[in-house]
Amino acid sequence: MDDTFLLVVRTLDATLRVATPLIFCAMAGLYSERSGIVDIGLEGKMLAGAFAAATVAALTGSAWLALGAAVLISMSLALLHGFACITHRGDHVVSGVAINILVAGLTIVLGNAWFRQGGQTPSLPADARFMSMDFPGAEAMSEIPLIGQIYAELISGHNLLVYAGLAAVPLTAWVVYKTRFGLRLRAVGENPAAVDTAGISVVWLRYRAVMICGVLTGLAGTYLAIAQNAGFSRDMTAGQGYIALAALIFGKWRPWLAFGACLIFGLLDAVSIRMQGVELPGIGEVPVQAIQALPYVLTVVLLAGFIGKAVAPKAIGQPYVKER
Amino acid sequence: MKNLGRIAAVLTVALGTTAAQAQDYTPAVVFDMGGKFDKSFNEGVFNGVEQFKTETGINYREFEVTNETQREQAIRRMAQRGANPVLGVGFAQADAIGKVAAEFPDTRFSLIDGVVDAPNVQSIVFKEHEGSFLVGMLAVMASETGKVGFVGGMDIPLIRRFACGYEQGAKYVSKDAEVIQNMTGTTPAAWNNPGRGAELAKSQFDRGADVVYAAAGATGIGVLQAAADNGKYAIGVDSNQNHLHPGTMLTSMIKRVDVAAYNTFMSGKDGSWKPGFNVLGLAEGGVGWALDEHNADLISEDMKAVVEKAREDIIAGKIVVHDYMADDSCTY
Repeated sequence: MDDTFLLVVRTLDATLRVATPLIFCAMAGLYSERSGIVDIGLEGKMLAGAFAAATVAALTGSAWLALGAAVLISMSLALLHGFACITHRGDHVVSGVAINILVAGLTIVLGNAWFRQGGQTPSLPADARFMSMDFPGAEAMSEIPLIGQIYAELISGHNLLVYAGLAAVPLTAWVVYKTRFGLRLRAVGENPAAVDTAGISVVWLRYRAVMICGVLTGLAGTYLAIAQNAGFSRDMTAGQGYIALAALIFGKWRPWLAFGACLIFGLLDAVSIRMQGVELPGIGEVPVQAIQALPYVLTVVLLAGFIGKAVAPKAIGQPYVKER
Repeated sequence: MKNLGRIAAVLTVALGTTAAQAQDYTPAVVFDMGGKFDKSFNEGVFNGVEQFKTETGINYREFEVTNETQREQAIRRMAQRGANPVLGVGFAQADAIGKVAAEFPDTRFSLIDGVVDAPNVQSIVFKEHEGSFLVGMLAVMASETGKVGFVGGMDIPLIRRFACGYEQGAKYVSKDAEVIQNMTGTTPAAWNNPGRGAELAKSQFDRGADVVYAAAGATGIGVLQAAADNGKYAIGVDSNQNHLHPGTMLTSMIKRVDVAAYNTFMSGKDGSWKPGFNVLGLAEGGVGWALDEHNADLISEDMKAVVEKAREDIIAGKIVVHDYMADDSCTY
């Protein structure tokens, strides 16, 4: 019994670790898409952030400088996206895909030119990374059943960025639903003409939204490169940007629901890792392939039956033209 | 002016021919999906061919396969451009080599980790199960919990062979030893996913393992990192990876792909290259375990003695390590 409980807690613990980049990206996408800018470029921005973080961490040995660089690079890509979509009214999907492809190639080329390790960056020492932190008393608490174990295993012992990711959700919910900026953000995604009539700049509002999106994807990239791993390797985002986008749509463009969707994806991933090679009562050992298909099967099932209709912001993907 | 032009033309031709003569022998290598800097399998081959290059001054052609459709193209291009011998790296290139070798009967092909039965192909395979047996013994001797982990790359018989040898070594030391096995994936992308490797390793630590053996190409980098981050022991593979995290790297199962690659190019040069099968095990020095200044503190004299004894017994045939690929099952 106790062992099972510990296993469950540790699986949830792994869920948090795996879901963190998804949470950052889903929140990033939420700002952008709520303002009417489709963001399929989450993947590319996150990858660029990861590369920037790993490079700066390798050169300076400072995790905080790395974080700053990642945010800067992701934000400039976000601004590029904004420049194409907001200022020049380009197609959002095309611009996003262009960013993804550009970054996928550029990171490898630059990495190869600078470090000569086939696109990888050198592996980083502990003090150039965000390492996991143990909360006070975690060691002592772990002796106490249930609450103590949850505290020691699940709550304590993550790195700073995991907590930042968790904090991003209520923060986003508060900004989007409780502030003036949030109200305008939602309005501009539904009906930019009305916002314009009220005398608020649609362009500036949308630019602010994509900048916030850039910051958050930069954090996601930093987490991947210097917290979860110890360096950059090519295509290390492995499609997580797209999964985050799916989670956002799952969550109907709402912070808490999107957060829940990210956790489900994370949980499925964590479970699929832990289920491998385990004998299940009555079934025996489940083949690797079946386990690894599990997240996708469940995604289809959830999408088909349980999510209901997801309605996108009305003005999403449409460039705003002030006067014809 | 006219003469000057003529002299220049003659000079270019002359220079051209000397350059061509020096480069008459052009070997080529086609790396596989992990990439030549995977710090493991492909990098071992890379080190071998680089050594050849520094010693002989002869340049080689190279290509890094980044998706599955490129293998055959790359190998064919090498053969078309006159490279000889062409060295294929990894089991996944067997089909491509078999096909291209039939089209270019005069070109010599070598294949590491795969078997192609053709008159112009040399197949180099290793007895990874023997080396894995030894590191499995070391793992259990170093473990405090009696549970040891294995993280494989792509789920293929070759990697199962590593796992099976490892398990036998572990059980040889202690009947009660428990071996937790995980595979990273079922596609070649599994060779290059350090993040998932780290998660798999952590899941094994959660289940009580305190030594983990990675046979997963570049994915292994994440496994070794996870062990270093969590203060557990890790065992590297193919290349000597002990230097990556001194203090937590228990040892590495060395597979001398570097020597195999070097020998291929060298024998191609001096004409002693022969087609057929080349099986390298403990006896031939093709596999082994790494002991250097980075892990000397972790390997006690007793452990060393026990493992060396087992090594001799395997060579002498007193211990028979079951080969997973012989019957596609791990029974011993």
